[in-house]
Amino acid sequence: MDGMITFHVEDHTGSVQLVEIPEGITLSLMEVLKASEFPIPATCGGMALCATCHVEVKNGLDSLPPPTDAELDMIDTLPNATNFSRLACQIPVTGDIENALFVLKGSEQ
Amino acid sequence: MINTDICIIGAGPVGLFAVFEAGLLKMRCHLVDVLPQIGGQLSEIYPKKPIYDIPGFPAINAGELVENLRAQIEPFKPTFTLGEKVSSLDRSDDGTFTLGTTDGSTIQCRVVVIAGGLGCFEPRKPELENIEHFEGKGVVYMVKDPETFRDKKLIIAGGGDSALDWTIHLADIAKHVTLIHRNEAFRGAPDSAEKVAALAQSGRISLLLNTNIHAIQGNGVMKSISCVGREKQVTELEADFLIPLFGLSPKLGPIADWGLSMDKQAILVNTLDYSTNIEGVYAIGDINTYPGKLKLILCGFHEAALMAQSAFKFVYPKQKLSFKYTTVNGVNAF
Repeated sequence: MDGMITFHVEDHTGSVQLVEIPEGITLSLMEVLKASEFPIPATCGGMALCATCHVEVKNGLDSLPPPTDAELDMIDTLPNATNFSRLACQIPVTGDIENALFVLKGSEQ
Repeated sequence: MINTDICIIGAGPVGLFAVFEAGLLKMRCHLVDVLPQIGGQLSEIYPKKPIYDIPGFPAINAGELVENLRAQIEPFKPTFTLGEKVSSLDRSDDGTFTLGTTDGSTIQCRVVVIAGGLGCFEPRKPELENIEHFEGKGVVYMVKDPETFRDKKLIIAGGGDSALDWTIHLADIAKHVTLIHRNEAFRGAPDSAEKVAALAQSGRISLLLNTNIHAIQGNGVMKSISCVGREKQVTELEADFLIPLFGLSPKLGPIADWGLSMDKQAILVNTLDYSTNIEGVYAIGDINTYPGKLKLILCGFHEAALMAQSAFKFVYPKQKLSFKYTTVNGVNAF
Protein backbone atom coordinates (compact mmCIF):
# COMPACT_ATOMS: atom_id res chain seq x y z
CA MET A 1 0.00 0.00 0.00
CA ASP A 2 3.01 2.33 -0.07
CA GLY A 3 3.46 3.04 -3.76
CA MET A 4 1.40 5.00 -6.21
CA ILE A 5 0.25 4.02 -9.68
CA THR A 6 0.51 6.86 -12.17
CA PHE A 7 -0.96 7.07 -15.64
CA HIS A 8 -2.18 9.67 -18.11
CA VAL A 9 -5.65 10.36 -19.47
CA GLU A 10 -6.41 12.42 -22.57
CA ASP A 11 -9.97 13.80 -22.58
CA HIS A 12 -12.22 14.74 -25.50
CA THR A 13 -10.62 18.19 -25.78
CA GLY A 14 -7.16 16.67 -26.20
CA SER A 15 -5.83 17.82 -22.84
CA VAL A 16 -3.77 15.26 -20.94
CA GLN A 17 -3.96 14.83 -17.17
CA LEU A 18 -1.80 12.82 -14.83
CA VAL A 19 -3.75 10.54 -12.50
CA GLU A 20 -2.22 9.08 -9.35
CA ILE A 21 -3.85 6.20 -7.46
CA PRO A 22 -2.54 4.37 -4.41
CA GLU A 23 -1.47 0.78 -5.07
CA GLY A 24 -3.62 -2.04 -3.76
CA ILE A 25 -7.09 -0.68 -4.52
CA THR A 26 -9.56 -3.03 -6.15
CA LEU A 27 -11.14 -0.72 -8.67
CA SER A 28 -11.44 -0.81 -12.42
CA LEU A 29 -10.02 1.96 -14.55
CA MET A 30 -13.62 3.03 -15.30
CA GLU A 31 -14.34 3.46 -11.60
CA VAL A 32 -11.19 5.47 -11.07
CA LEU A 33 -11.92 7.69 -14.10
CA LYS A 34 -15.47 8.31 -12.86
CA ALA A 35 -14.26 9.11 -9.36
CA SER A 36 -11.73 11.51 -10.89
CA GLU A 37 -14.67 13.31 -12.57
CA PHE A 38 -13.86 12.39 -16.13
CA PRO A 39 -17.07 12.53 -18.21
CA ILE A 40 -17.90 8.82 -18.41
CA PRO A 41 -21.56 7.82 -17.98
CA ALA A 42 -20.72 4.10 -17.35
CA THR A 43 -24.34 3.29 -18.12
CA CYS A 44 -24.06 -0.44 -17.55
CA GLY A 45 -21.99 -0.09 -14.39
CA GLY A 46 -19.08 -2.24 -15.56
CA MET A 47 -20.58 -5.16 -17.46
CA ALA A 48 -18.84 -4.43 -20.78
CA LEU A 49 -22.26 -3.73 -22.28
CA CYS A 50 -22.55 0.00 -22.99
CA ALA A 51 -19.06 1.02 -24.16
CA THR A 52 -19.40 4.49 -22.69
CA CYS A 53 -16.00 3.88 -21.04
CA HIS A 54 -14.30 3.09 -24.37
CA VAL A 55 -10.64 4.16 -24.28
CA GLU A 56 -7.82 3.97 -26.77
CA VAL A 57 -4.61 2.81 -25.15
CA LYS A 58 -1.92 4.94 -26.77
CA ASN A 59 0.83 3.72 -24.54
CA GLY A 60 1.03 0.50 -22.56
CA LEU A 61 -1.50 -1.73 -24.38
CA ASP A 62 0.76 -4.78 -24.26
CA SER A 63 1.12 -4.66 -20.46
CA LEU A 64 -2.63 -4.94 -19.89
CA PRO A 65 -4.38 -8.22 -19.13
CA PRO A 66 -5.95 -9.51 -22.37
CA PRO A 67 -9.58 -8.63 -23.14
CA THR A 68 -12.33 -11.20 -22.58
CA ASP A 69 -14.67 -12.33 -25.36
CA ALA A 70 -17.43 -10.12 -23.95
CA GLU A 71 -15.18 -7.07 -24.15
CA LEU A 72 -14.05 -7.88 -27.70
CA ASP A 73 -17.66 -8.45 -28.78
CA MET A 74 -18.65 -5.02 -27.51
CA ILE A 75 -15.63 -3.23 -29.00
CA ASP A 76 -16.35 -4.85 -32.32
CA THR A 77 -19.71 -3.07 -32.59
CA LEU A 78 -18.28 0.43 -32.08
CA PRO A 79 -17.94 2.91 -34.94
CA ASN A 80 -14.69 4.41 -33.64
CA ALA A 81 -12.92 1.28 -32.44
CA THR A 82 -9.28 0.75 -33.35
CA ASN A 83 -6.76 -1.99 -32.68
CA PHE A 84 -5.86 -0.09 -29.50
CA SER A 85 -9.43 0.01 -28.13
CA ARG A 86 -10.31 -1.30 -24.66
CA LEU A 87 -13.19 -0.82 -22.22
CA ALA A 88 -11.97 0.90 -19.05
CA CYS A 89 -14.42 -1.10 -16.93
CA GLN A 90 -12.53 -4.29 -17.80
CA ILE A 91 -9.08 -2.97 -16.88
CA PRO A 92 -8.10 -3.44 -13.23
CA VAL A 93 -6.05 -0.62 -11.76
CA THR A 94 -2.77 -2.33 -10.94
CA GLY A 95 0.91 -1.79 -11.67
CA ASP A 96 0.15 -3.01 -15.22
CA ILE A 97 -1.14 0.43 -16.15
CA GLU A 98 1.87 2.35 -14.79
CA ASN A 99 2.77 5.11 -17.28
CA ALA A 100 -0.02 4.13 -19.69
CA LEU A 101 -1.84 6.77 -21.75
CA PHE A 102 -5.61 6.34 -22.13
CA VAL A 103 -7.58 8.44 -24.61
CA LEU A 104 -11.30 8.77 -23.81
CA LYS A 105 -13.39 7.63 -26.78
CA GLY A 106 -16.79 7.07 -25.14
CA SER A 107 -20.08 8.68 -26.10
CA GLU A 108 -19.86 11.79 -23.96
CA GLN A 109 -19.43 14.95 -26.04
CA MET B 1 -54.11 14.23 -28.60
CA ILE B 2 -53.69 11.95 -25.60
CA ASN B 3 -55.19 13.11 -22.30
CA THR B 4 -53.95 11.71 -19.00
CA ASP B 5 -53.24 12.63 -15.39
CA ILE B 6 -49.51 11.91 -15.41
CA CYS B 7 -47.21 11.67 -18.40
CA ILE B 8 -44.09 9.67 -17.61
CA ILE B 9 -41.09 10.20 -19.84
CA GLY B 10 -39.13 6.95 -19.87
CA ALA B 11 -40.53 3.42 -19.59
CA GLY B 12 -37.65 1.89 -17.66
CA PRO B 13 -38.18 0.09 -14.34
CA VAL B 14 -38.68 3.30 -12.36
CA GLY B 15 -41.10 4.83 -14.89
CA LEU B 16 -43.07 1.58 -14.91
CA PHE B 17 -43.27 1.37 -11.11
CA ALA B 18 -44.41 5.01 -10.98
CA VAL B 19 -47.57 3.81 -12.78
CA PHE B 20 -48.27 1.50 -9.85
CA GLU B 21 -47.76 4.15 -7.18
CA ALA B 22 -49.87 6.64 -9.16
CA GLY B 23 -52.51 3.99 -9.78
CA LEU B 24 -52.97 3.32 -6.07
CA LEU B 25 -53.94 6.99 -5.82
CA LYS B 26 -56.29 6.69 -8.81
CA MET B 27 -54.10 8.68 -11.16
CA ARG B 28 -53.86 7.50 -14.79
CA CYS B 29 -50.51 7.38 -16.57
CA HIS B 30 -49.23 7.56 -20.11
CA LEU B 31 -45.62 6.57 -20.80
CA VAL B 32 -43.41 7.75 -23.65
CA ASP B 33 -40.12 6.08 -24.54
CA VAL B 34 -37.71 6.53 -27.41
CA LEU B 35 -37.09 2.78 -27.51
CA PRO B 36 -39.61 0.55 -29.29
CA GLN B 37 -40.03 -1.63 -26.18
CA ILE B 38 -40.54 -1.01 -22.45
CA GLY B 39 -37.83 -1.65 -19.85
CA GLY B 40 -35.20 0.98 -20.72
CA GLN B 41 -31.60 -0.14 -20.11
CA LEU B 42 -32.83 -3.43 -18.67
CA SER B 43 -34.32 -4.45 -22.02
CA GLU B 44 -31.88 -2.64 -24.29
CA ILE B 45 -28.53 -3.32 -22.62
CA TYR B 46 -28.70 -6.25 -20.23
CA PRO B 47 -31.95 -8.27 -20.46
CA LYS B 48 -30.19 -11.55 -19.60
CA LYS B 49 -28.15 -10.23 -16.66
CA PRO B 50 -29.20 -11.10 -13.11
CA ILE B 51 -29.83 -8.24 -10.65
CA TYR B 52 -29.19 -9.06 -6.99
CA ASP B 53 -30.41 -5.98 -5.11
CA ILE B 54 -34.14 -5.95 -5.79
CA PRO B 55 -35.76 -6.42 -2.38
CA GLY B 56 -37.48 -9.79 -2.14
CA PHE B 57 -35.65 -11.28 -5.12
CA PRO B 58 -32.32 -12.99 -4.30
CA ALA B 59 -31.64 -12.80 -8.05
CA ILE B 60 -33.80 -11.77 -10.97
CA ASN B 61 -32.94 -11.35 -14.64
CA ALA B 62 -33.39 -7.79 -15.88
CA GLY B 63 -35.85 -8.91 -18.57
CA GLU B 64 -37.88 -10.84 -16.01
CA LEU B 65 -38.05 -7.81 -13.72
CA VAL B 66 -39.44 -5.74 -16.59
CA GLU B 67 -42.05 -8.43 -17.29
CA ASN B 68 -43.04 -8.52 -13.60
CA LEU B 69 -43.37 -4.73 -13.51
CA ARG B 70 -45.54 -4.85 -16.61
CA ALA B 71 -47.82 -7.37 -14.91
CA GLN B 72 -47.83 -5.36 -11.68
CA ILE B 73 -49.05 -2.17 -13.37
CA GLU B 74 -51.53 -3.92 -15.67
CA PRO B 75 -54.53 -3.21 -13.33
CA PHE B 76 -53.96 0.52 -13.85
CA LYS B 77 -54.22 0.32 -17.66
CA PRO B 78 -51.24 2.50 -18.57
CA THR B 79 -51.02 3.69 -22.17
CA PHE B 80 -47.80 3.94 -24.16
CA THR B 81 -46.18 5.90 -26.96
CA LEU B 82 -43.10 3.84 -27.82
CA GLY B 83 -40.37 4.58 -30.34
CA GLU B 84 -40.88 8.33 -30.05
CA LYS B 85 -38.80 10.99 -28.35
CA VAL B 86 -40.42 13.79 -26.31
CA SER B 87 -39.12 16.98 -27.87
CA SER B 88 -41.15 19.76 -26.26
CA LEU B 89 -42.72 20.58 -22.90
CA ASP B 90 -45.14 23.52 -22.56
CA ARG B 91 -47.10 24.63 -19.52
CA SER B 92 -50.32 26.60 -19.96
CA ASP B 93 -51.65 29.19 -17.53
CA ASP B 94 -54.09 26.73 -15.95
CA GLY B 95 -51.16 24.48 -15.01
CA THR B 96 -51.70 21.73 -17.60
CA PHE B 97 -48.77 20.51 -19.62
CA THR B 98 -48.56 19.68 -23.30
CA LEU B 99 -45.78 17.40 -24.47
CA GLY B 100 -44.87 16.93 -28.10
CA THR B 101 -42.86 14.11 -29.63
CA THR B 102 -40.53 14.12 -32.61
CA ASP B 103 -43.11 12.03 -34.50
CA GLY B 104 -45.92 14.52 -33.93
CA SER B 105 -47.80 12.91 -31.01
CA THR B 106 -49.11 15.29 -28.34
CA ILE B 107 -49.93 14.45 -24.75
CA GLN B 108 -51.84 16.67 -22.34
CA CYS B 109 -51.47 16.07 -18.60
CA ARG B 110 -51.54 17.63 -15.13
CA VAL B 111 -48.19 16.23 -14.02
CA VAL B 112 -44.96 15.35 -15.84
CA VAL B 113 -42.63 12.73 -14.40
CA ILE B 114 -39.19 12.49 -16.00
CA ALA B 115 -37.88 8.98 -15.48
CA GLY B 116 -35.48 9.19 -18.37
CA GLY B 117 -32.54 7.26 -16.91
CA LEU B 118 -29.39 8.43 -18.65
CA GLY B 119 -31.35 10.01 -21.48
CA CYS B 120 -32.55 8.87 -24.87
CA PHE B 121 -30.88 5.92 -26.48
CA GLU B 122 -29.54 7.23 -29.76
CA PRO B 123 -27.59 5.49 -32.50
CA ARG B 124 -23.81 5.66 -32.19
CA LYS B 125 -22.60 7.66 -35.15
CA PRO B 126 -19.39 7.09 -37.07
CA GLU B 127 -16.94 9.97 -36.80
CA LEU B 128 -17.21 11.24 -40.35
CA GLU B 129 -16.93 14.82 -41.42
CA ASN B 130 -20.28 16.28 -42.57
CA ILE B 131 -22.24 13.14 -41.72
CA GLU B 132 -24.94 15.36 -40.16
CA HIS B 133 -25.51 17.01 -43.56
CA PHE B 134 -26.46 13.68 -45.08
CA GLU B 135 -28.70 12.42 -42.25
CA GLY B 136 -32.09 11.67 -43.78
CA LYS B 137 -30.53 12.37 -47.20
CA GLY B 138 -28.96 8.99 -47.70
CA VAL B 139 -27.66 8.31 -44.20
CA VAL B 140 -30.13 6.50 -41.92
CA TYR B 141 -29.33 4.96 -38.54
CA MET B 142 -32.40 2.75 -38.16
CA VAL B 143 -34.35 0.47 -40.42
CA LYS B 144 -37.97 1.41 -39.72
CA ASP B 145 -39.60 0.17 -42.92
CA PRO B 146 -37.51 -2.23 -45.03
CA GLU B 147 -39.62 -1.28 -48.08
CA THR B 148 -37.84 2.10 -48.11
CA PHE B 149 -34.84 0.21 -49.46
CA ARG B 150 -36.55 -1.79 -52.21
CA ASP B 151 -34.39 -1.85 -55.38
CA LYS B 152 -31.90 0.60 -53.84
CA LYS B 153 -28.14 0.30 -53.47
CA LEU B 154 -27.26 0.06 -49.78
CA ILE B 155 -24.11 0.18 -47.75
CA ILE B 156 -24.41 -1.23 -44.24
CA ALA B 157 -21.58 -0.54 -41.79
CA GLY B 158 -20.99 -2.39 -38.55
CA GLY B 159 -19.98 -5.73 -37.11
CA GLY B 160 -22.63 -6.55 -34.54
CA ASP B 161 -25.78 -8.65 -34.73
CA SER B 162 -27.97 -5.87 -36.11
CA ALA B 163 -25.56 -5.23 -39.01
CA LEU B 164 -25.55 -8.96 -39.83
CA ASP B 165 -29.30 -9.41 -39.43
CA TRP B 166 -30.23 -6.41 -41.57
CA THR B 167 -27.72 -7.41 -44.25
CA ILE B 168 -29.40 -10.82 -44.50
CA HIS B 169 -32.92 -9.36 -44.46
CA LEU B 170 -32.28 -6.52 -46.90
CA ALA B 171 -30.30 -8.69 -49.34
CA ASP B 172 -33.67 -9.90 -50.68
CA ILE B 173 -35.22 -6.44 -50.90
CA ALA B 174 -32.46 -4.09 -52.02
CA LYS B 175 -30.89 -3.94 -55.47
CA HIS B 176 -27.51 -4.49 -53.86
CA VAL B 177 -26.10 -4.58 -50.34
CA THR B 178 -22.48 -3.95 -49.36
CA LEU B 179 -21.51 -4.75 -45.79
CA ILE B 180 -18.46 -2.95 -44.43
CA HIS B 181 -16.75 -4.07 -41.24
CA ARG B 182 -13.51 -2.83 -39.66
CA ASN B 183 -12.41 -6.28 -38.53
CA GLU B 184 -11.53 -9.42 -40.47
CA ALA B 185 -14.26 -11.54 -38.87
CA PHE B 186 -17.64 -11.12 -37.21
CA ARG B 187 -18.13 -11.73 -33.52
CA GLY B 188 -21.94 -11.66 -33.81
CA ALA B 189 -24.17 -14.77 -33.80
CA PRO B 190 -22.22 -17.50 -35.67
CA ASP B 191 -25.20 -18.61 -37.79
CA SER B 192 -25.81 -15.03 -38.95
CA ALA B 193 -22.11 -14.63 -39.74
CA GLU B 194 -22.23 -17.87 -41.77
CA LYS B 195 -25.29 -16.70 -43.70
CA VAL B 196 -23.58 -13.40 -44.53
CA ALA B 197 -20.47 -15.27 -45.70
CA ALA B 198 -22.63 -17.50 -47.91
CA LEU B 199 -24.45 -14.49 -49.39
CA ALA B 200 -21.08 -12.91 -50.17
CA GLN B 201 -19.75 -16.08 -51.75
CA SER B 202 -22.76 -16.40 -54.02
CA GLY B 203 -22.36 -12.76 -55.06
CA ARG B 204 -25.72 -11.67 -53.65
CA ILE B 205 -23.97 -9.11 -51.43
CA SER B 206 -20.53 -7.53 -51.33
CA LEU B 207 -18.52 -7.94 -48.17
CA LEU B 208 -15.66 -5.56 -47.34
CA LEU B 209 -13.71 -6.67 -44.29
CA ASN B 210 -10.79 -4.84 -42.64
CA THR B 211 -12.36 -1.73 -44.06
CA ASN B 212 -13.34 1.61 -42.56
CA ILE B 213 -15.55 4.32 -44.03
CA HIS B 214 -13.55 7.44 -44.41
CA ALA B 215 -15.75 10.00 -46.18
CA ILE B 216 -19.20 10.62 -47.63
CA GLN B 217 -19.61 12.42 -50.94
CA GLY B 218 -22.64 14.09 -52.40
CA ASN B 219 -24.20 17.40 -53.20
CA GLY B 220 -27.04 17.78 -50.70
CA VAL B 221 -27.87 14.10 -51.10
CA MET B 222 -25.40 11.27 -50.52
CA LYS B 223 -23.98 9.89 -53.78
CA SER B 224 -21.11 7.72 -52.66
CA ILE B 225 -18.77 6.85 -49.83
CA SER B 226 -15.02 6.30 -49.73
CA CYS B 227 -13.59 3.56 -47.64
CA VAL B 228 -10.10 2.53 -46.71
CA GLY B 229 -8.92 -1.08 -46.67
CA ARG B 230 -6.14 -2.78 -44.77
CA GLU B 231 -3.50 -1.84 -47.34
CA LYS B 232 -4.70 1.80 -47.10
CA GLN B 233 -6.24 1.55 -50.55
CA VAL B 234 -9.21 3.91 -51.00
CA THR B 235 -12.33 2.65 -52.77
CA GLU B 236 -15.28 4.78 -53.77
CA LEU B 237 -18.69 3.09 -53.68
CA GLU B 238 -21.87 4.58 -55.12
CA ALA B 239 -25.00 4.02 -53.06
CA ASP B 240 -28.46 5.39 -52.35
CA PHE B 241 -28.25 4.72 -48.62
CA LEU B 242 -25.60 4.33 -45.95
CA ILE B 243 -26.91 2.51 -42.86
CA PRO B 244 -24.38 2.70 -39.98
CA LEU B 245 -25.39 0.13 -37.34
CA PHE B 246 -23.14 0.59 -34.33
CA GLY B 247 -25.61 0.10 -31.49
CA LEU B 248 -27.24 2.65 -29.21
CA SER B 249 -25.84 4.94 -26.57
CA PRO B 250 -27.68 7.26 -24.15
CA LYS B 251 -27.75 11.04 -24.67
CA LEU B 252 -29.62 13.51 -22.46
CA GLY B 253 -31.44 15.01 -25.46
CA PRO B 254 -34.10 17.75 -25.44
CA ILE B 255 -34.67 17.57 -21.65
CA ALA B 256 -31.62 19.82 -21.26
CA ASP B 257 -33.51 22.72 -22.89
CA TRP B 258 -36.63 22.80 -20.72
CA GLY B 259 -35.42 25.23 -18.08
CA LEU B 260 -34.86 22.57 -15.43
CA SER B 261 -32.14 23.10 -12.85
CA MET B 262 -29.38 20.67 -13.73
CA ASP B 263 -26.12 19.46 -12.30
CA LYS B 264 -23.83 17.55 -14.66
CA GLN B 265 -26.43 16.01 -16.97
CA ALA B 266 -28.80 15.22 -14.07
CA ILE B 267 -31.93 17.06 -12.89
CA LEU B 268 -31.76 18.63 -9.43
CA VAL B 269 -34.72 17.63 -7.25
CA ASN B 270 -36.08 18.30 -3.79
CA THR B 271 -35.82 15.05 -1.82
CA LEU B 272 -39.09 15.88 -0.06
CA ASP B 273 -41.01 14.69 -3.11
CA TYR B 274 -38.52 14.56 -6.02
CA SER B 275 -40.01 17.70 -7.55
CA THR B 276 -37.94 19.83 -9.92
CA ASN B 277 -37.78 23.63 -10.06
CA ILE B 278 -40.82 23.59 -12.40
CA GLU B 279 -44.08 23.11 -10.47
CA GLY B 280 -45.80 19.90 -11.55
CA VAL B 281 -42.64 18.38 -13.04
CA TYR B 282 -40.90 15.59 -11.11
CA ALA B 283 -37.71 13.66 -11.87
CA ILE B 284 -37.11 10.15 -10.53
CA GLY B 285 -34.54 7.40 -11.05
CA ASP B 286 -31.10 7.73 -12.62
CA ILE B 287 -31.90 11.08 -14.27
CA ASN B 288 -32.16 13.04 -11.01
CA THR B 289 -29.53 14.07 -8.52
CA TYR B 290 -29.45 15.21 -4.89
CA PRO B 291 -26.99 14.95 -2.01
CA GLY B 292 -26.42 11.25 -1.36
CA LYS B 293 -27.99 10.08 -4.65
CA LEU B 294 -27.46 6.41 -5.47
CA LYS B 295 -28.28 5.22 -8.96
CA LEU B 296 -30.10 2.07 -7.93
CA ILE B 297 -33.41 0.71 -9.16
CA LEU B 298 -34.61 0.31 -5.59
CA CYS B 299 -33.92 4.00 -4.86
CA GLY B 300 -35.90 4.92 -7.98
CA PHE B 301 -38.84 2.85 -6.70
CA HIS B 302 -38.80 4.79 -3.42
CA GLU B 303 -38.65 8.07 -5.31
CA ALA B 304 -41.67 7.01 -7.39
CA ALA B 305 -43.74 6.39 -4.24
CA LEU B 306 -42.99 9.80 -2.75
CA MET B 307 -43.49 11.53 -6.09
CA ALA B 308 -46.99 10.04 -6.42
CA GLN B 309 -48.06 11.30 -2.99
CA SER B 310 -46.97 14.80 -3.97
CA ALA B 311 -48.38 14.70 -7.52
CA PHE B 312 -51.85 13.93 -6.13
CA LYS B 313 -52.45 17.60 -5.29
CA PHE B 314 -52.11 18.58 -8.95
CA VAL B 315 -54.47 15.86 -10.20
CA TYR B 316 -57.07 16.14 -7.41
CA PRO B 317 -56.61 19.66 -6.01
CA LYS B 318 -59.85 19.52 -4.02
CA GLN B 319 -59.28 16.14 -2.34
CA LYS B 320 -57.41 15.31 0.80
CA LEU B 321 -55.00 12.41 0.48
CA SER B 322 -55.01 9.68 3.09
CA PHE B 323 -52.33 7.04 2.88
CA LYS B 324 -53.51 3.41 2.72
CA TYR B 325 -51.52 0.16 2.67
CA THR B 326 -52.14 -2.30 -0.17
CA THR B 327 -52.55 -4.98 2.53
CA VAL B 328 -55.60 -3.08 3.80
CA ASN B 329 -57.01 -1.74 0.57
CA GLY B 330 -55.77 -4.18 -2.06
CA VAL B 331 -55.10 -2.99 -5.58
CA ASN B 332 -58.22 -1.47 -7.04
CA ALA B 333 -57.97 -1.78 -10.80
CA PHE B 334 -59.26 0.92 -13.12
